Amino acid sequence: MSGGVDSSVAAARLIAGGHEVVGVTMKLWGGESDTGCCSVSDVDDARRVAQQLGIAHHTWTFSDDFDRHVVGPYVDAHGRGITPNPCVECNRHLKFDRLLRRAHAVGFDTVATGHHARIVVRPDGTRRLARGADAAKDQSYVLYVLGQAELARTLLPVGQMTKAEVRAEAEALGLRTAHKPDSQDVCFITSSRGRRGFLGGRMDLRPGRVVDEAGRDVGSVDAVELVTVGQRRGLGLPGGGEPRYAVDVDVAAATVRVGPERDLLCGEVALERVVWSADPPGSGPNSSIAAQCSAHGAPRAAQVEAVGSDHALVRFHGHQRRVARGQSVVLYEGDEVIGGGIVAA
Amino acid sequence: MAYPAPVVGVPAAGCETGPVPEHDRRDRLTYLDHAATTPLRPAARDAMLPWLGERFGNPSGDHRVARAARQAVDEARDLVAVVLGCRPGDVVFTSGGTEADNMAVRGVHAARPGPVLCSAIEHDAVRNPVRSVGGTTVAVDARGVLDLDALGAALTPDLTLLAVMTANNEIGVIQPLAEAAELVRRRAPRAVVHTDAVQAASWLDLAVVVAGADLIAVSSHKVGGPQGVGALVARPGAPLRPLLLGGGQERELRSGTHNVAGIVGMAAALRAAAAERNAAATRVGALRDRLAEGLLAAVPGAVETGVGEGAPRLPGTLHLCIPGIESEALLFLLDEAGVCASAASACASGAHQASHVLAAMGIGPEQGAGALRLSLGWTSTDEDIDDALRVIPAVVAHLRGVQDRDVEPAGRR
Repeated sequence: MSGGVDSSVAAARLIAGGHEVVGVTMKLWGGESDTGCCSVSDVDDARRVAQQLGIAHHTWTFSDDFDRHVVGPYVDAHGRGITPNPCVECNRHLKFDRLLRRAHAVGFDTVATGHHARIVVRPDGTRRLARGADAAKDQSYVLYVLGQAELARTLLPVGQMTKAEVRAEAEALGLRTAHKPDSQDVCFITSSRGRRGFLGGRMDLRPGRVVDEAGRDVGSVDAVELVTVGQRRGLGLPGGGEPRYAVDVDVAAATVRVGPERDLLCGEVALERVVWSADPPGSGPNSSIAAQCSAHGAPRAAQVEAVGSDHALVRFHGHQRRVARGQSVVLYEGDEVIGGGIVAA
Repeated sequence: MAYPAPVVGVPAAGCETGPVPEHDRRDRLTYLDHAATTPLRPAARDAMLPWLGERFGNPSGDHRVARAARQAVDEARDLVAVVLGCRPGDVVFTSGGTEADNMAVRGVHAARPGPVLCSAIEHDAVRNPVRSVGGTTVAVDARGVLDLDALGAALTPDLTLLAVMTANNEIGVIQPLAEAAELVRRRAPRAVVHTDAVQAASWLDLAVVVAGADLIAVSSHKVGGPQGVGALVARPGAPLRPLLLGGGQERELRSGTHNVAGIVGMAAALRAAAAERNAAATRVGALRDRLAEGLLAAVPGAVETGVGEGAPRLPGTLHLCIPGIESEALLFLLDEAGVCASAASACASGAHQASHVLAAMGIGPEQGAGALRLSLGWTSTDEDIDDALRVIPAVVAHLRGVQDRDVEPAGRR
C-alpha cells in the first residue's frame, strides 16, 4: 500500500472478496521525495486506510536493496550515458522479488498491488500480464519483468477498473485517499531539485560539447550525463533550420552528437536482460507482435527473435526512432505482454 | 494466520475509526515490549482519576481551585524528589523523557556554550540534540559499556556537558555513570553531567545510582505512569536555559500549564515502582533469565547481545541477535502469534532502521539484521515466558526454512 488510491481500493476489494489481508508499505527511500512510496505522509495515508478497512498495517524497510538495485545502478548508468527506467528495476528487485519473498516467508500466498494491469490465464495454464482496462493508466509496460513464478503469486485487483471507477469506489467506501493526486515521477527525484539536483549530489556532472555530423561545435550542455538520445531541447543549438536531435552521447569524451531525425531512425534494436513471460516466441515470421518503447508510447509491429536465454533482436516493420540505451522495450501480443528487455549498451 | 479474518464492514463515509481493534481479536496477548511502554499501574490510575473527573484547576492561579491543583503538583513533586534522591525544588516537570533530554543538552549548551560529549549508544533524544550543538560521541566496548579510557582521552577542561545514559534502552546494559562522573569532576570540572535514566527508573535505585549526575531525565510511561509526562532533575547550580518561553512555570525553566493529572500519575507510578523495586527486580530478572536460557538453547546460533564479559544489565531487558533471519519478518510472525516484541529501533514512519547501538558495539548489519528485543515489566508472568519460549523458536525455525529453500531465488535475472 503506497498510500495512494489504487492500492487502497485493491486492499478493500480483496477484503470484500473474503481474503485475509495485511497492508504493507515498503520503506525504500530515506531521502527527499515529493510523493512515491516513502514519505511519512504517504505511510500515514496507507496506515489510516488500513485502519478504516480493519486490517493490520506494517512498514517493511527494503532501503538497502533499493539502494543496491535501483538508486546505485541509476546513478552509475548516467555516468555511462545510459538512461535507465528505475521503476522497472524497482518492480524487478523490490516489489516482485524482495517483497514477494518476504510475504511468502511470513505465510502469504499472494502479493496484491494497485497496478493498472491484469493477469490472464492462457488455455495451456500459463499466465500472462495484460494491459489494464484503463488504457491511459496502463502500467503493464513497467511490469514486464514478471515471469511465471511472480505472476502466479500476484493479484492486481484494480486492473479491470478505470481510474475513475477506482476513485468512485474509494469515495463510496469513504477512503481518505479517494481524491489523492496520482504520483507521476520517479519517487526519489523531487520536482524542486529534479534529476539534475539528484544526480549532481551523487556524481560530478560535466559540461559537454555538442557537435554535428562533421564534428563541428554547434552547441553545448552543462551536464553531458543528463542528455538522452532523441533529446531535442537544451542542447544550446541555434534556432531555425531542420530540427536536430541528440543521436549519440559519449560521456567519456563529454560529447553529444546531433543530427536530423533520419539519423535517429533505426530498423532494429538489440535487447539484453530479456524476460519472457512464459516461452520465447518461436522462430519464423510472426505478424502479431508489437514492441512498445516507452511507458506510454505507441506499440509498433515488429519481428522478434530470441537470442540465447536472455537476449533478443527486435526488427521493426519500417523504421522508428531509436530508443535510448537502458530503456525497456516491451513486447506485446495484442493486449498481452510476452516479454521485454533493455536496450543493449 | 493466528487471528480470524477481520469483520469488515464498509465504513461509512467520513468514518474515523476502524471496525474491531486488533488486540481485541486475540485470545491471549504476550506483551514483551515494556521498554517501549509499560501498562499503567493501578496506583497511577487511581491518583489520576479525580483529575480526569471532578477535580481540575490551573496550579498557577490564585483561588481555591487553583490552590488545590497546586497542592497536588507540589505533593507529586515531593514524591518524585524522594524517589530520585533530590530536592523538590530540583524537579522540573516536562512533557516526557525526550523533552527532559533536549532541555538538558540544549539548555546547558545555551547557558554555557562549549564542547559537548555523549556516549555512542545514547537514545536519539540525547544523540540528536548533542549533534545539533556540534557535540561528539564517546565509544563503547563490545559489551555496550562506555569506554572509560576513551572518555578520559576525550575530556577537555573546557567541556560543557557529558551525557551518559544510566542504562541503555535497546540492550539494557547499565553504564558506569559514577565512574564517568568522577572522571569529569577531576578532568573537566566545569562540565555538567547529564544522565537519561528513562529505562533505569523501574529497576534501579536512582537516588543512589545517579547521585553523581547533575541532570537526570525520567519518563512517566516507562515506570507505569501515563504517557506525555516526564521530569528533568536539575541540581542546584546546574547552568540551564529553558526550551520553552512563556508563563514561567517550573521556576522559569518550563513554561506551560501543568499537566496535573499526568504529574500526579507519574508520581504515584514512581512511588509504586520504588516500593516494589527489589522484589520486582528479583522476580522479573528470574523470568528474563529463564527466557534467555530457553531461547539460547532452542534457537541455534542466537547470541545474547553484549553479555560476553558479564556487563550488568537491567532485569527486564533481553536483546538477542538471531542469525539467518530478518527482524521485520520475525516481528510480523510474532505479532500474528500474539507476541509483542521489538527490534528496538524504529523511525516515525514505523520502518526499522539499522541500530546505532549495535553499530557502536561493532555488530555489523548482517549480524544485527536479526535483532530482537524482549523487554519485561511489572505485569510480566511465567505464562508470558512460556508463550515466548513456545512461539519464538518455532517462528525462527520456520523463517530459516523458507528463506533457505526459497521458491524463486533473488537476483535470478
